[in-house]
Amino acid sequence: MERYYQPEIECASREQILAWQNERLVKQVRHVWDSVPYYRKKMEEKGVTPDDIQSVADLHKLPFLTKDDLRDAYPYGLMGRPLKDCVRIQSTSGTTGRRVVAFYTQHDIDLWEDCCARAIVAAGGTNEDVCHVCYGYGLFTGGPGLNGGSHKVGCLTLPMSSGNTDRQLQFMVDLESTILCCTPSYAAFLAESIHERGLRDKIKLKAGIFGAEAWSEEMRQDIQNKLGIKAYDIYGLTETSGPGVAFECSEQTGMHINEDHFIAEIIDPNTGEVLPEGSKGELVFTSITKEAFPLLRYRTRDICVLTREKCSCGRTHVKMSKPMGRSDDMLIVKGVNVFPSQIETVLLEQGYPANYQIIVDRVNNSDTLEVMVEMTPENFSDNLGKITEMEKGLVAALKAMLGIYAKVKLVAPKTIARSEGKAIRVIDKRKI
Amino acid sequence: MTVHQISVFLENRAGQLSEITQVLAANAIDMRAISIAETSDYGVLRLIVDQPQKATTLLLEHGFILSMTPVTVVAVPDQPGGLAPVLKLLADANIDIEYMYSLFTHTDGKAYMVFRVSDDESFSGTLKSHGIEPVGTEELGIQA
Repeated sequence: MERYYQPEIECASREQILAWQNERLVKQVRHVWDSVPYYRKKMEEKGVTPDDIQSVADLHKLPFLTKDDLRDAYPYGLMGRPLKDCVRIQSTSGTTGRRVVAFYTQHDIDLWEDCCARAIVAAGGTNEDVCHVCYGYGLFTGGPGLNGGSHKVGCLTLPMSSGNTDRQLQFMVDLESTILCCTPSYAAFLAESIHERGLRDKIKLKAGIFGAEAWSEEMRQDIQNKLGIKAYDIYGLTETSGPGVAFECSEQTGMHINEDHFIAEIIDPNTGEVLPEGSKGELVFTSITKEAFPLLRYRTRDICVLTREKCSCGRTHVKMSKPMGRSDDMLIVKGVNVFPSQIETVLLEQGYPANYQIIVDRVNNSDTLEVMVEMTPENFSDNLGKITEMEKGLVAALKAMLGIYAKVKLVAPKTIARSEGKAIRVIDKRKI
Repeated sequence: MTVHQISVFLENRAGQLSEITQVLAANAIDMRAISIAETSDYGVLRLIVDQPQKATTLLLEHGFILSMTPVTVVAVPDQPGGLAPVLKLLADANIDIEYMYSLFTHTDGKAYMVFRVSDDESFSGTLKSHGIEPVGTEELGIQA
């Protein structure tokens, strides 16, 4: 039997959902106009006023927001509430090194946690469960989001955070964790470790909620078989709150977007034109309940398809497919957003040429990131130790910028193909 | 008194070293010593050749990254224990050895060691004060 965290919302009629959206959108646009000068200016430039937005049908009249806007307005320029009303930030890396910082009022956190709670209940979670959260805690939204959702459901929550596999497995066995929340690649890694250590009979997992990075249907099958669980996808981005913007139900055929909080559109990434349902295009979100960080028409750069076909789970909210790619050059490596421009910035700062190549691969279900950099006469030394030291400095600077380890490979000059037209900066070998 | 060493960046890739030796061979440049220091991904090739200026120009033309490094060559008796006294001098004078290797050349019961040290001048002074003269380019048949 399908269970819901908020059945009256999750299974509301389409008319009801639209009514909520209309009412909340109109209010939100007025709120943004009054309190976010940055966006008001964009509206004025487009010749739109709050009076032009009477319902969701008028949404297309509003200007888009992009990651560049978040960078321009960093840090406080897009806040919808005074600081005294805000209680939290979460953050993710942005383009050219400037981070994305999102703000939350207590009410925002409350609604965000509701969304995560819906995902946990959809995965079969109840207050009898032991919810093992090994998403990172801290600035990353994964840990705090699922942690809060788990509390709302009443699960015994294990705030494990990421890493330290020995400890993860010990708690999983000793405390009999039943729901696992982490990135799919870490889930696959844990599944391997559980097999290697012969712990398969000692774990009590029944479900997993895996997100923050792309994963294939094959990977899902693999994790499900190895752990004997049902694996659910979850979607979100820091800009709109974090995980729980959309989540999978028992049908496992797409993720229900929480439409009482977010209006989803699919646009043509080149023209910005709204595409009809069923078209493949860029996903755009409008947050209609967020107070502190009320983004209107935020371009996610994720390419996907929306469907309102009736779902067997009983939920009525629109479903999005797994993201099929990006309309920009952002990479997601180990669940972390990586822009080639960030790597370029570090290289130039450290005195390396901007001719580089990024190689992303997935080895044993874990993402790897390698940056190929050409040696220069200035950086060369007859002393190998000095080269190694410089290389370590570069690795550390990349880690500071990206938040994850990138292997540096120093190569001979002229090794990396010079641009003939568009340089190939990224080689993604992952088969997702 | 120092000798020119050519240090070349080597990416760990098949054919890199071969290309260098072919360039030298085609231009009749004779190698007197060769040494490689490496990590798993890259290395530094150190060469002593009879025509360092010419070799440098050629290798640069072939797109290699290199530098000229002054090194000190010391002749030691080619017999057991021959090197030990020199190393003792270095240790006593508190001079660090960054790296060392040997020349191919053996003459009159002498072997030649190449030293890259933290302080060339004090190394040279220490040697001289103990009656050891660093070997010059002439004795090694190297063009200055």
